[in-house]
Amino acid sequence: MSTDTAMSGVTQPHETLRFSGETFSYGRKVVLVDVDFSLRPGERVVLLGRSGAGKSTLLNAVYKKLAEGGARVSLVPQEHGLVPQLSIFHNVYMGRLDDRGAVYNLANLVWPMGSERRRVAEPLKIVGLDGLERQSVESLSGGQKQRTALARAIHRGGSMLIGDEPVSAVDVQQAAGLIGEVARRFDTLLLALHDVELARSVATRIVGIADGRITFDRSTDVVSDEDIDVLYRGR
Amino acid sequence: MSYIAVAERSLPRLGRVGTAAAFVALAIALMPVADFRIASHDPWAELARMGRGLLSPDFSAIGSLSYAAALTISFAICGVAAGATVGFALAPFYHYRPVRLFCICIRSIHELFWAILLMQITGLSAATGVLAIAISYSGIFAKVFSEYLDEADPRPVAAVPPKADPISIHFFARLPLALREIRIYVLYRLECGLRSSAVLGFVGLPTLGFELDSFLKQGMYGAVAAVLIIYYVLIATMRWWMRGALAPAYIAASIAFLATLQTPPMASGALSRFLTHDIVPAPLRNGDISELATWGRFWSWLEKLMLNQALPGLAATMIVAQIALVVAGIVALLGFPLIVRSLTGRIGAVFGHIGLVVGRSTPEYMLAYILLQVFGPSMLPAVLALGLHNGTIIAHLLGRQSTGIHQGLRADAPRGANLYFFELLPRVYGSFLALCFYRWEIIVRESALVGLLGISTLGFYVGAAIQEIRIDRAVVLLLVTMLATVVIDIISRRLRAALGIESLGARTPAGREV
Repeated sequence: MSTDTAMSGVTQPHETLRFSGETFSYGRKVVLVDVDFSLRPGERVVLLGRSGAGKSTLLNAVYKKLAEGGARVSLVPQEHGLVPQLSIFHNVYMGRLDDRGAVYNLANLVWPMGSERRRVAEPLKIVGLDGLERQSVESLSGGQKQRTALARAIHRGGSMLIGDEPVSAVDVQQAAGLIGEVARRFDTLLLALHDVELARSVATRIVGIADGRITFDRSTDVVSDEDIDVLYRGR
Repeated sequence: MSYIAVAERSLPRLGRVGTAAAFVALAIALMPVADFRIASHDPWAELARMGRGLLSPDFSAIGSLSYAAALTISFAICGVAAGATVGFALAPFYHYRPVRLFCICIRSIHELFWAILLMQITGLSAATGVLAIAISYSGIFAKVFSEYLDEADPRPVAAVPPKADPISIHFFARLPLALREIRIYVLYRLECGLRSSAVLGFVGLPTLGFELDSFLKQGMYGAVAAVLIIYYVLIATMRWWMRGALAPAYIAASIAFLATLQTPPMASGALSRFLTHDIVPAPLRNGDISELATWGRFWSWLEKLMLNQALPGLAATMIVAQIALVVAGIVALLGFPLIVRSLTGRIGAVFGHIGLVVGRSTPEYMLAYILLQVFGPSMLPAVLALGLHNGTIIAHLLGRQSTGIHQGLRADAPRGANLYFFELLPRVYGSFLALCFYRWEIIVRESALVGLLGISTLGFYVGAAIQEIRIDRAVVLLLVTMLATVVIDIISRRLRAALGIESLGARTPAGREV
């Protein structure tokens, strides 16, 4: 992924980040062009669009820029980025791998400490995986894996969460509950979702992406059903 | 070695079949200059005596044989454990050029050469055997482990908080993903370690090779058969007695056992004498290095050594290696159908398996040694031994691949020769070439080694230099060996790239060997 920094806008004091007129490509393939996008603290932004429209590309670009700037961002990547051979405990623990030194981390890899086990127990309870922390991730179902990735992000904490379809593998009711919980715990959200209803219920702002461009970027209450239908209509 | 350069230039146009033909043509062209005399006066009588002995194994020395077997296992376990530990520590840094070069150099010298060099420092001790295996294996482990780490899924690392320290990232997000393959590879290497450990007996360490050597010298072929049977049983049963959970216990027991070994004492200061005296070229050691004349003498010393020993040794090494490579290829092509059940039948496949297991678990050095007793000292035993050993390894891997292919074929697939030539061979041919090229470098290294048995390759001159206690010469000759192996490795990699078979065969432990 490369960012055309020459055209990058200047982030305003009240903004977390701003892209103006940027192009994002994956290798030599241009994925998104002419991107104007900003994010302010306290916003809950949802990206909508067909798969392959470029949502993940935008999320990754935002994550990269914020991480480079040193912000503490929690991340639920599209394919979770879990280590299948390790236990649920270890995968959740990895959300705070940067808070401790190597010796402390390795000690917990070999033999999890009581204090860390208690700390990990809370996010596991939220996602409904409590009691399973010793199970290896490779033995879990798709939904359980996704909830592990969410627990890792909750364990990491901080004021901002970036999630790429973070509840795509759990059922509708559970998804709404999890998104609600996440919205309560993180000040700022940037999510890609495919469930339009869920998107409307959580977002303060919705961004539509189609054919490699941002087609609209509005406050949720002024986004019409027609705006959204256009996104998913055949070319 | 100009012929290799010629072959390489014209290769991309030759294609896969043409390349193989070029190698065969080269081997045929080398036949007239290869020394294939049968030097022994009556090889068939000798072979018959050997055959009779092998058919009536004599276990009367079972006490000393089990002791030697236990030592063989101990040397292998300690050597592989030490090598794996060092390789494990080096693997994350393998993409740094100095580390990579260091690993290439230490693994390009065969463990038996390391043993005879180390013997000058640590004598006939446990340390010599363990270090010999550990040094060459650590270079191999570092390379293979780093490949496994590179091939691991990169997504967990991408999801780790960006400011986490590299050590934590390595152990949490990279290593667990490669651990399964690393474990399989270490087990495979332990099998190789048992081979290496047995062969260390030929230079005097008290392993099974030592027993084999003395029985062969006395013509006690029944006892030879007993040694070989014990050795095959060790290898064949390894997957049952070697369990991951038991590894620490095995390592502790091996260390304890090796510690009881009685060793002839070495004079004190052997290491410093070795480094500051023995390996320094004689003209520099005896002269004043600030004088120009000393360097003149050094130059003529080097020139003489190169012209009289290194070059003839290198030429013989390459002749043996090129012919052995083609023999290995032929053995592989003839051998792999033996274990494909649809070609040889259920019972035939069982015998095929036994044949290939015996072929690949008999160390090439041991095989060359036995054949040498039959045919006398010429290139013939070396070519046969290297061809058979490496050929059966390739055949085993191709056979397994073919069995997989056959299961996926259409129901009305042809049978017999048609199945072999139309369905199987075209499908495995790329892997066949890839594996041959992988083994090429190993064959060159082993061709140099079998010189220790009296065949005129580089090892012969190394052995002679050691016997004359001219360690300085041995070191120069070993550097030449190292260089030849590295050059072949580079050519082999280019060839594989040019033929588009880089990744074929690399997924198997034996394909990755070096």
